[in-house]
Amino acid sequence: MTLNTGTTIDRSNPNLKNATQSGENSRLKWVLIGFVVFYMSLIIFIPALNVFYQAFQGGIAGFLHTLTEREFLNAVRLTIVIAAIVVPVNTIFGLCAAWVIARNQFPGRALLLSIIDLPFSISPVVAGLMIVLLYGRQGWFGPLLQSLDMKIIFALPGMVLATAFVSLPFVAREVIPVLEEVGPEQEEAAKTLGAKDWQVFWRVTLPNVRWGLVYGIILTNARAMGEFGAVAVVSGNIVGKTQTLPLFVEEAYKQYQTQAAYTAATLLACLAIVTLIVKEVVERRSGLKRGTH
Amino acid sequence: MTSTTQSQPSRRERGKFSLPSMPWRVTILYLSVMLLLPIVALFAKASTLSPAKIWQIATDPVALSAYDVTFTTSLAASLVNGVAGVIIAWVIVRYEFPGKKILDAAIDLPFALPTAVAGLTLATVYSDNGWIGALLAPFGIKVAFTRLGVFVAMLFISLPFVVRTVQPVLQETEIDVEEAAWSLGASSSQTFWRVVLPPLLPAILTGIALGFARAVGEYGSIVIISSNIPFKDLIAPVLIFQRLEQYDYTGATVIGLVMLLVSLVMLLGINLLQAWGRRYDA
Repeated sequence: MTLNTGTTIDRSNPNLKNATQSGENSRLKWVLIGFVVFYMSLIIFIPALNVFYQAFQGGIAGFLHTLTEREFLNAVRLTIVIAAIVVPVNTIFGLCAAWVIARNQFPGRALLLSIIDLPFSISPVVAGLMIVLLYGRQGWFGPLLQSLDMKIIFALPGMVLATAFVSLPFVAREVIPVLEEVGPEQEEAAKTLGAKDWQVFWRVTLPNVRWGLVYGIILTNARAMGEFGAVAVVSGNIVGKTQTLPLFVEEAYKQYQTQAAYTAATLLACLAIVTLIVKEVVERRSGLKRGTH
Repeated sequence: MTSTTQSQPSRRERGKFSLPSMPWRVTILYLSVMLLLPIVALFAKASTLSPAKIWQIATDPVALSAYDVTFTTSLAASLVNGVAGVIIAWVIVRYEFPGKKILDAAIDLPFALPTAVAGLTLATVYSDNGWIGALLAPFGIKVAFTRLGVFVAMLFISLPFVVRTVQPVLQETEIDVEEAAWSLGASSSQTFWRVVLPPLLPAILTGIALGFARAVGEYGSIVIISSNIPFKDLIAPVLIFQRLEQYDYTGATVIGLVMLLVSLVMLLGINLLQAWGRRYDA
């Protein structure tokens, strides 16, 4: 009501003021848009373009040559293996944690949410360090693992643990708001009608949260395939054995094999672009514009 | 166990709490093994050292300079992104222009692009003969392999946070209120400082804090764009990495402990900021 009066006052105001204001506003608009384009060009657009430019600078032959290198193929395979283990495991955990937090009221709920968020604020290098202190030769489980002849640090299991650590929160983070928005009514109705727990989950809960879940999974995957710091600490970066794509990028760059570095980087950049496209699709389908974590 | 009849859903609910259900067990077990156990291991390793020893390693001149580079540069980057982020969010929410969709989507690139790729391309673009570095070189400005390069990498990594925290709040605020302020005679700058900015403040501060926390922990892009020389552009996460490479587990643990404690304090601060922000929602 009061706002309506406000508009009426606006109309009765001298037109002169409005005219100068809209002129000013249109100038301001283009100045601000210009600033944003300039700023984002410096930080995002030009560096992103450069990835593709450098990958093909030495011609398509050099690009294709890297793609068939044994070290490169090993790095691709290892990256996929790690993601194939981490993504499903973190998805199951994320769904469970989201249900616990969104469907229950209990003391310590806010604390639990903060604990799930921890990997976002802990440096990946510190995450890797903690895993080394736990499973390394001098670590807590070191003697036990040695007596069992099991290797975790400088081997695949350690890299999986480090990757799972840094990508742990994504699914829960994306599913919780959707679950909270949907509410428990449909699930309760299904239960009342005699559905078993797993039936409720597959037929009611999962379809309801599917878009949030898809986005959570795609973010987990992007982080799992792209993680560098935590994996670098636990991997030992043994060429051909414990080298993932991001480690290959750094190693090739340090060895002045610029084109090889950029070829691998292009692959990872394409992964990032796919991730952004899926995000866009998910937002359109779910009609939601969500904030960040 | 699940023999409750259809008419008694409430009893079934209670049954769930007497014996933790599957999701509870998975959540607690997974968090304990994956998250809490490693954190405990770090504290336990630190507790085997005497406080004097911890203090001596934590305040070693190389470590002190690494904290300085890490925290000062992160703060500068997150503050710059605080201002730029508000402008970007404003432009996206309030204006229509060609290419807006691409701009909006590109803001999330730092979340999606692996940090090694970001470091690689920033180091190339901002090197003396890179696309942008070559333009700055005549003025004697070196970016790659200096502290300025660390700053640029941190700008990249913390860009999305303020935009994405401010955007939803800005979307919900009514343009009517601003129009009312104008029509009542407020100037553009008065409208901005007195009407537009105050409700955005919790979101802006939350975004800055999130960006700061992210920049402080960043390793991948910075290790590539920095020359990693102590007292020049060495950051704390790279120092931890170097200590581990030298098998100096004690040194790595102590600096790791400092960084972990800072992360925990940051997380607490961010939670408080978000709680403050929620008060505005009601």
